[in-house]
Amino acid sequence: MRIASLARTAAGLFAGLAAAFAAPGAQAQEPIRIGAFLAVTGPAAFLGDPEQKTLELYIEKLNAAGGVLGRKLALVSYDTAGDAEKARTFAKRLIEQDKVDVIVGGTTTGETMAVVPMVEQAEIPFISLAGAVVIVEPVKKWVFKTPHTDRMACEKIFADMTSRGARRIALISGSGGFDKSMRAQCLAAAKGRGIEIVADESYGPGDKDMTVQLTKIKNTAGVQAVLNAGFGEGPAIVTRNYRQLGIAAPLYQSHGVASKEYIKLSGAAAEGVRLPAAALLIAESLPDSDPQKKVVLAYKREYESRFNSEVSTFGGHAYDGLMLAVEAMKKAGTTEKTKVRDALQSIRGWMGTAGVFNLSPTDHMGLDLSAFRMLEVRKGAWTEVK
Amino acid sequence: MSAALLQYLLAGLTLGAIYALVALGFSIIYNASHVINFAQGEFVMIGGMATVSFLGAGLPLAVAAALAVVVATLVGLALAKFAVEPARGASVVTLIIITIGASILLRGLATLVWDKKIHALPAFTGEDPIAIAGATIVPQSLWVIAAASAVFAILWWFFNRTLAGKAMLATSHNRLAAQLSGIGVRRVLLASFGMSAALGALAGILIAPITFTSWDAGVMLGLKGFAAAMLGGIGSGPGAVLGGLALGLAESLAAGYVSSAYKDVIAFAILLAVLVFMPGGLLGARAAERV
Repeated sequence: MRIASLARTAAGLFAGLAAAFAAPGAQAQEPIRIGAFLAVTGPAAFLGDPEQKTLELYIEKLNAAGGVLGRKLALVSYDTAGDAEKARTFAKRLIEQDKVDVIVGGTTTGETMAVVPMVEQAEIPFISLAGAVVIVEPVKKWVFKTPHTDRMACEKIFADMTSRGARRIALISGSGGFDKSMRAQCLAAAKGRGIEIVADESYGPGDKDMTVQLTKIKNTAGVQAVLNAGFGEGPAIVTRNYRQLGIAAPLYQSHGVASKEYIKLSGAAAEGVRLPAAALLIAESLPDSDPQKKVVLAYKREYESRFNSEVSTFGGHAYDGLMLAVEAMKKAGTTEKTKVRDALQSIRGWMGTAGVFNLSPTDHMGLDLSAFRMLEVRKGAWTEVK
Repeated sequence: MSAALLQYLLAGLTLGAIYALVALGFSIIYNASHVINFAQGEFVMIGGMATVSFLGAGLPLAVAAALAVVVATLVGLALAKFAVEPARGASVVTLIIITIGASILLRGLATLVWDKKIHALPAFTGEDPIAIAGATIVPQSLWVIAAASAVFAILWWFFNRTLAGKAMLATSHNRLAAQLSGIGVRRVLLASFGMSAALGALAGILIAPITFTSWDAGVMLGLKGFAAAMLGGIGSGPGAVLGGLALGLAESLAAGYVSSAYKDVIAFAILLAVLVFMPGGLLGARAAERV
């Protein structure tokens, strides 16, 4: 009895599987497989969640428009919960079991760096969505990335500080991976730009009060500007404490908190704070002459009407990653991995949500400082500083 | 006193009051069951997050806060009824592991019921900082300190002046003797979880305007609250308050005068030192009593 029912179940399963495989087979074409491993849950979920949604949304849209190279796209996505070890396991599965054609993913730098040796060995194009500069420096044959680097953020901020006459600055940073990496990049970028860092404070994960660190900065003589390298809730607490203490020097935040949520959390204290961010944040208020407006506005509207939640630059990175991969396949006319890789690194002047991508064999990110806009919070909204 | 020192003390006092509120929750459950409830931080999170969502539904702040406390209390009672009580024959370590499991479950549920974003509550009475001799404090910090004092006074009254409170204390001293004299020890366990949850939720609501709240806000607060409870002496009400304040002040003074990178190290080093020389904590029962 039991065996019979088991057999029936198995038969049913196989029939189902066969049907599943037969459906795309009706087009006589295997789908193009896009592999992804993202931190959809866990501490980096606020990055991974919009990334996953963006990939789903745009693969659906591309398929509705007839797919790529006459083939449908299929997304194979795994949730790493931000764990580098899981990322490695899932990347292995994507390469060996799912046999994907390209990988778009790696929400955090940790996850990305954990799978770099594997993709290099398997020789599969990999577009990371993580921030740190180490991903593309030194250049790795098969590894690309779409977000701006933290070094670019430091350079953009220092340029703005210098233009306001601030050269002696204080740094306050969190102790997360992003915060530490950005702090190190800023310390390195300060040299040679005439920027002197006169105070360097830090706070821990989950710290609830930074008035002590800020009091020390306030009491440091000659501080002309303060930079907070961090993301999550820390920068919002820093912003509130900063106003509580009545520090007069201008406050800069990093691109890590470039979202409406930061303004919401900080409330009135955010007024006057500056940070570098992608144009996506101010899509509506960009002048019509801005070449980026069309791309970012389209993505923003698409995402917000579908998911009924505010668009974030992080989802934009996934959009750029997916669309670059598609662009490269179109350009190569095939999904053959070497040709796709070569096509990827020959993409020039391609407009994404993060800016204009000019990729090359020596630059696997392809963005320059113009991709960052310096924004200031005015009346509770982002305004571009010209 | 220099303005900087005063600022450090005010910061430490605010932090200390937060830690003390969480630590009190640990102590109440420990007293009733000798269980360290590692889901205590999650009660704090539920208080904050539920208030945010009730507020978002258009309810006034006071009503939203009251409902959030009710929600957290129900979760606390459910935790006691469906997770801890069925395993009451098991060792204390097993019960503690159950609470760790519950904390992971509650965090997961929070991401599903609510979201993965960080939320803020509006301050109860404005956000303009109050200046005191060159230092500043936000009005919400005064709320936290005042509420912590009030809660402490009410708990003292409850445990020393009411029959129900005395029954809980009696259970903590000797479960069997308490049972023999007619105290419903199972009800005491339920009540302790309910009270701790309500207390945690209250803390979560009070601090959300300062520290924000999110699905994982309970992790660090739970840890710091636990450290404060241990420092003061687990199971002791005054100990929880003293431990919380000591930990908060140690952190802020260490950050102010030594290094902000090492403030947690210094705070935990003090905790270790106290536990080495006074294993029961500052105001805890002497270790020899419990063999």
